[in-house]
Amino acid sequence: MSSAFVYRPTASPQEAANWSRRQIIATDLRTIVGRAYPRVTGLFREKSWVFFEVLLPFLATSAFVFVYRAVQAPPEYIGFVVLGGAMTAFWLNVIWMMAQQLWWEKSQGNLELYFAAPMNIMSVLFGMAFGGFVMSSTRAVAVLVVASALYGVSFAVDQWFLLIGVFFLTLAALYGLGMVLASLFLMWGREAWHLTQFLVEPVYFVSGLNFPIARLGILGSVAIALLPLAVGLDAMRQLAFADAAYPLGTPSPEIEALILVAMTVVFLLLARWTLRVLERLARKEGRLSIRWQ
Amino acid sequence: MSGTSESQPLAIDVRGIRRVYNVKPTPVVALQGVDLAVEPGEFFGLLGPNGAGKTTLIKILTTLLLPSAGTAHIFGFDVERQTKQIRRIMNMVAGGEQSGYGILTVREQLWMFSQFYGLPSKDGWRRVDELVEAVGLGEQKEQRVSTLSTGQRQKMNFARGLLNDPWIFFLDEPTLGLDVSAARSVRELVLAWKAAVPGRTVLLTTHYMAEADELCDRIAIVDHGRILALGTPDELKKRVQRESVFRLELDRLEGGTAALKRLPGVLSAVAAAAQDESRDRQTVEVNLTLEDDAVLGTVVGALAGIGSHILALRKSEPSLEDVFVELVGRGFDEEPTDGDTPEPPAPDLTPDPRDTAHEPGEREEEEALI
Repeated sequence: MSSAFVYRPTASPQEAANWSRRQIIATDLRTIVGRAYPRVTGLFREKSWVFFEVLLPFLATSAFVFVYRAVQAPPEYIGFVVLGGAMTAFWLNVIWMMAQQLWWEKSQGNLELYFAAPMNIMSVLFGMAFGGFVMSSTRAVAVLVVASALYGVSFAVDQWFLLIGVFFLTLAALYGLGMVLASLFLMWGREAWHLTQFLVEPVYFVSGLNFPIARLGILGSVAIALLPLAVGLDAMRQLAFADAAYPLGTPSPEIEALILVAMTVVFLLLARWTLRVLERLARKEGRLSIRWQ
Repeated sequence: MSGTSESQPLAIDVRGIRRVYNVKPTPVVALQGVDLAVEPGEFFGLLGPNGAGKTTLIKILTTLLLPSAGTAHIFGFDVERQTKQIRRIMNMVAGGEQSGYGILTVREQLWMFSQFYGLPSKDGWRRVDELVEAVGLGEQKEQRVSTLSTGQRQKMNFARGLLNDPWIFFLDEPTLGLDVSAARSVRELVLAWKAAVPGRTVLLTTHYMAEADELCDRIAIVDHGRILALGTPDELKKRVQRESVFRLELDRLEGGTAALKRLPGVLSAVAAAAQDESRDRQTVEVNLTLEDDAVLGTVVGALAGIGSHILALRKSEPSLEDVFVELVGRGFDEEPTDGDTPEPPAPDLTPDPRDTAHEPGEREEEEALI
């Protein structure tokens, strides 16, 4: 029995506490994989997501498809809305499973275990993001493939690398925003639920999920400057439907890719900073445990 | 570094720790200048009622909460500034803990936590398999966490707490809400772990007297953010034990208890007839109060002189609850009277309905066979 209790014998607590740089980095990387695990596992273990997160978004997308067909909109609009429908999966994942996650972890009692463990807490957020990305990608691909096949969407891509790059940059910026929101929502406590609900529909609208954002004029430009989903989707539409008569008024995909890079950097730095502030504040005010809140 | 010597810092070194929660309308003082020194390898208990400040202290020591004043060190590492070092060598388990993800199996959940401590993936799985067997969850290891009973869940939490082979293990009311059997299993696990790794330190908070008595080398009795008394369980009990109380079962007692009362050092002797049904004979029970234990020899000699045979002898000892009552003037479950510090409003410090502590003044009996 005793052998099970001893993992790696160390001569003293001081020796056990003295980690090399390599050990620290390895722990952070393992934490990312460890924290992503429940999300990836959940994808295959809970089949109900097919109904809630593929079929329902597909129906919402279909509604817009039928509207565009009814008003005889240009055919590429069908593609715009299908692409928007696919990207919805990521936004929903970010808002419900990133922004709200730390608050939920706190209510489950996980948060204090995270903070009591030796890894960098940012790696927990990266793990959540990575797991969320895998989850949402499956859903996004399902919506994209089914809707494209059913509604006959034809893509015209000239710059594949840029399209793929913009896609991943959009996700990086989007999950970076999710990390920032996770800390903020935790600080705001019980209002997190309301904030989530408050953010879902307005962001749908100003991100132009179901129509080209150029149609929003100034509001669309502001959204492109602030919301990763808005700028990313706009760039992807321009790149995926290169031969379409895309409404003018938004920057080129190259510029939008640079905006996404800037957003990613800013959001990740901001997430790191807010997490530090949060930890300091939480330790000062005793907010890491639900039993105090 | 702080500690008893340069080479061997204290496992826990707390000096003048004060913690105030700034809540409205009045700030709550949860800890009022606590000093504590726990040696490496000790099993140390913080015993006190809900609201005493035990959890606040454990949260400070586990780096989850900052003290308002004072200093605290774990093996020489400062809880305010050297959090990473402390987190590498400690772990914690709390009672009623619902951590993790119900969708995962026991193995998967523990493996996930092993990754947070940097165990290589394969090592993590191997260690998890060893630990689930060690805590008696071998049959449940592929079961989803959401389907575990409360007792099984706490065993899993205990395994989680041992994943990183901690040098100091914080147990915050670990048997809270468990039934008698599950609580005993958890206590046995703690003792088995402690026996397997004698150099490791445990800080246990509990409001179960018997638990503290059974497990701890030393105990601090806390109430309203202060340490009221500190010592081994025996030392604490001796503080309220002013005489020795024995219960004797005799085959007969010629001349009644008067013969015993005349002996020097015997304060009282009260007889009660007892029927030993298993042996179908009449026996005599005598409750004997002596000035101190040494007088017992005189009594035994005198009984032999009058032809009485001692069938059984038990020593009655005061419980830790008696110590608490003596120190505070009220029992664990009793509300503070006027003049006491008000209870903090924080939920982590509120009374727990599952409290099953002994009644105030109840005495525990320790059997000594002769």
